[in-house]
Amino acid sequence: MKFGVVVFPGSNCDHDAYYAIGNVLKKPVEFIWHQSEDLANCDAIILPGGFSYGDYLRTGAIARFSPVMKSVEEFAASGGLVLGICNGFQILCEAGLLPGAMIRNSGLRFICRHVYIRVEQTDTPFTNAASKGQILKIPIAHSDGNWTVDDGTLAELEKNRQVILRYTTPDGSNDDAGNPNGAVHNIAGICNHERNVAGLMPHPERASEAALGSADGLVIFRSMVEALVGAAKATA
Amino acid sequence: MATAPTEIRVTPEIAAEHGLTAEEYARVKQILGREPNITELGIFSVMWSEHCSYKSSKVHLKRLPTRGKLVVQGPGENAGVVDIGDDLVAAFKIESHNHPSYVEPFQGATTGVGGILRDIFTMGARPIAVLDSLRFGEIVPGKGTSENEAAKNRRILDGVIRGIGSYGNCFGVPTVGGEVAFEPCYSQNPLVNALALGIARKEDLFFAKAKGAGNPVIYVGAKTGRDGIHGASLLASAEFTEESQQKRPNVQVGDPFMEKLLLEACLEAMQTGAVVAIQDMGAAGLTCSTVEMASRGGTGIEIDLAKVPQRETGMTPYEIMLSESQERMLLVSEKGREAEVLGVFKKWGLDAVVVGRVTEGGTARIKNNGSVAAEIPAHPLAEEGPVYHRPIVAPKPRVESKKDWFSFAPEGTALTQNFLKLLASPAIASKRWITEQYDTSVRTNTLAGPGASDAAVVRIKDPKTNEVKRALALSTDGNGRWCSLNPRVGAMHAVAEAARNVAASGARPIAATNCLNFGSPEKPEVMWQFSEVIDGVAEACNVLGTPITGGNVSFYNETLGKSIYPTPVIGVLGILDNVSRVLKIAFRNEGDVILLLDGLAATGHSERSPRSEEALLSSFAREFSSSEYSKTVADIVASEAPPIDLAAEKRLIDCLVALASEGAVESAHDISDGGLAVTLAESCFASAPSTVGARHAGPVLGASVKVDADGPAEHALFGERGARAIVSVFPENLAAVPAIARQYNVAAREIGNVIRGDAFRIEYKGRAVIESAVESLRKAWANSLERVLKAQ
Repeated sequence: MKFGVVVFPGSNCDHDAYYAIGNVLKKPVEFIWHQSEDLANCDAIILPGGFSYGDYLRTGAIARFSPVMKSVEEFAASGGLVLGICNGFQILCEAGLLPGAMIRNSGLRFICRHVYIRVEQTDTPFTNAASKGQILKIPIAHSDGNWTVDDGTLAELEKNRQVILRYTTPDGSNDDAGNPNGAVHNIAGICNHERNVAGLMPHPERASEAALGSADGLVIFRSMVEALVGAAKATA
Repeated sequence: MATAPTEIRVTPEIAAEHGLTAEEYARVKQILGREPNITELGIFSVMWSEHCSYKSSKVHLKRLPTRGKLVVQGPGENAGVVDIGDDLVAAFKIESHNHPSYVEPFQGATTGVGGILRDIFTMGARPIAVLDSLRFGEIVPGKGTSENEAAKNRRILDGVIRGIGSYGNCFGVPTVGGEVAFEPCYSQNPLVNALALGIARKEDLFFAKAKGAGNPVIYVGAKTGRDGIHGASLLASAEFTEESQQKRPNVQVGDPFMEKLLLEACLEAMQTGAVVAIQDMGAAGLTCSTVEMASRGGTGIEIDLAKVPQRETGMTPYEIMLSESQERMLLVSEKGREAEVLGVFKKWGLDAVVVGRVTEGGTARIKNNGSVAAEIPAHPLAEEGPVYHRPIVAPKPRVESKKDWFSFAPEGTALTQNFLKLLASPAIASKRWITEQYDTSVRTNTLAGPGASDAAVVRIKDPKTNEVKRALALSTDGNGRWCSLNPRVGAMHAVAEAARNVAASGARPIAATNCLNFGSPEKPEVMWQFSEVIDGVAEACNVLGTPITGGNVSFYNETLGKSIYPTPVIGVLGILDNVSRVLKIAFRNEGDVILLLDGLAATGHSERSPRSEEALLSSFAREFSSSEYSKTVADIVASEAPPIDLAAEKRLIDCLVALASEGAVESAHDISDGGLAVTLAESCFASAPSTVGARHAGPVLGASVKVDADGPAEHALFGERGARAIVSVFPENLAAVPAIARQYNVAAREIGNVIRGDAFRIEYKGRAVIESAVESLRKAWANSLERVLKAQ
């Protein structure tokens, strides 16, 4: 089992994702340079947070054309696990690997704080170690996290249970009040139809140790580990 | 003479327009042995500007203590460096970007952050934290501030906040702390002081000393444009007039993505072993970097401007040398290994060009397409500039009487309403609305971000192994109001508060950096303030064991002849050996006992020897009239800064560090702005989860406290005398705390308990003077800044 963390020149959460997987979970992990088309036999790919190519145009708009994304698209098409965090989520939307698009936060400002998100679905490789309805405390840090999509696609996503994480309050009672950025249906994270590609705006890698204020984010990476272990057993 | 003919012949008038005095111009001619050409004049004018040469401050800065057993590098390099154990070092420095931030708040602030980050990674250290110390004019209309003025100040604040956020967030460094204060004097002159901290392995440190004749000089990073020409000399080294908005073209423009590329590429290039020296191009751009590298290394340098990557066509040598385009570096590599270095920058998509070489003999020679555009001896230019012993005159003592001072409410007056007003004042109110616009958690090191502890606390991962060894704490502090009333005592308070904050987070203060913001040095009263502040900082740093490792002086903070308060901002760095022992301000458990630690009480109040009740009351009123409460509630700013006892501060600091390392207390919070009552309230507020969703949810802890002291209740509850902190203690540990405190000769007095969140209550001499639900206090405190600023 090996994780790959893609490094775009403006990635700035690449080290954090690497640390959460390599040092906290103690699983093999390596960096993959954005100009490489070789995914180094990784079993799961993380697109980390940051500002890929500066994002002066539109978040992730240039990153989708990078050489590494060609390989990531092929990898995803063949069933490989791909997780986009924050800027990674934005890139996956731009690349068409996930539906929808990001617009500016409803408050038109960058926001960094802990938010609460509810695990809506657990039959994905990204949430299988969590329990349904579990509330996770994880920080966000973005200007453009207001995820939006047309009504038809939204209905389909809800019907297919592709909304895997939703903003809420600490006690889970009021999703609208817990929504920091105006995302439609309070959506914090989704997966694709095949459930092997997911994106989320909160940063699970920043919530991987109690000393940082929360270790709730680890469950996302643990789920991926379990999915990979399960897949390895199935093929063995 | 080998210099190229230039169109403009330099005259004494042109020299004067460049800010050079007649004496300075004569010295230029003496160094050159001839008249300078226009490019050379430009070079001298920036190098000898106040901003770059420290010509007015140099003689005073010598009085600061700069040595210590942990100091690896003191002032004089790009940043100060201290040893933090395990072969790791911390590089840190604070710098101002005041003038640009007034002229163009967003770009001024971004490039302020960008500049200080480059200073850190130029040393080979990866930046891991930024703090910002900000001063603005009043943002709500009131005494001396019209609504128009307040609205302008809100716009400046908004631009500065967005600028800081936009740069740090994209670059990927957490903005973990700092302070924001408001006074009318900053209305025409906001202060933006940015501090950055970086970590490196000791053997990986880099310095800006050119070495080895023949070694290539390489230009890397952004292309050179016409932006920021004379930013340092004309913008930062002169006061503002009504025409200052016309200086907008002198402000630089920041590109954080470019800086991020530069960071990664520089750190990677340094790892090749082929880099000999490196210096960023900040103030005075290519001029400063070439000349200083050569001067420090005792070498010469020769560059060809035709090779410098340029953003615009037709730039003259004068413009190229004086441009302050951001995100550029100059480095020297080993001869024959250029390709390794250039390869790294190519990988990161950056321009990197060999523009010249290190030479023997000490001359900085600037060529342009083969002809010589400037030829100046580097060392005299960099080190033998003008040094001024500016006249110093103490102002006339203020004549004040009782009627100028705060008059205390009669005994037994309910103070809850005044307390609410104080909590909602911009100075005291929660800064959450500001700090949430900064990325505070990137790099996953933030153990205590804004407002969580008295200092910002970040853990350190070994750059090679990622192993977490220990944590560092940082706090920036400075009270301009106190410094204006008594510069020396105010400066001591700034050092003491920063060190106390660091200790209240559990860390041991080890070193300091300073940013000295003042009016015009040409005014004898301002120079008196400066000299007094230096003496105050020096004395406090000596007593508290925190040598100054670097910093920055910002003069000419005045507009239309009116100076700002003298505002030294001190950043203190501390080490926390056990990362699990971080102390935070939040109360943690209902039933915990609240203790007041007082470094002074053990020896008595040395400053005060009252003869009568009347005299005693006067002495309380004098000390109280410079407090936040006095300003907010009574519009009175007068008299004196509170007296300070540095030995008492030291005792309290040592005591707090010991309590933290023993794990004896549940929380700690020093008493500063707003006094004991605000300190207690903040510890209650911090016990709530800090999220929007949680606004509607509890539980929040409360406090019930009984205070007994000499003097009026307002003095006891809102007085800001130093050397005090509150700690909350698990009842079973109650015996341990006074025992430890006694060892350090600090008084530890039980004053009350942490209770459930429905009540906050303070009794003074047996009568309840503050009584409220915690939530109503918290609402006043938590939402006030947002209410004022959201419409921006």
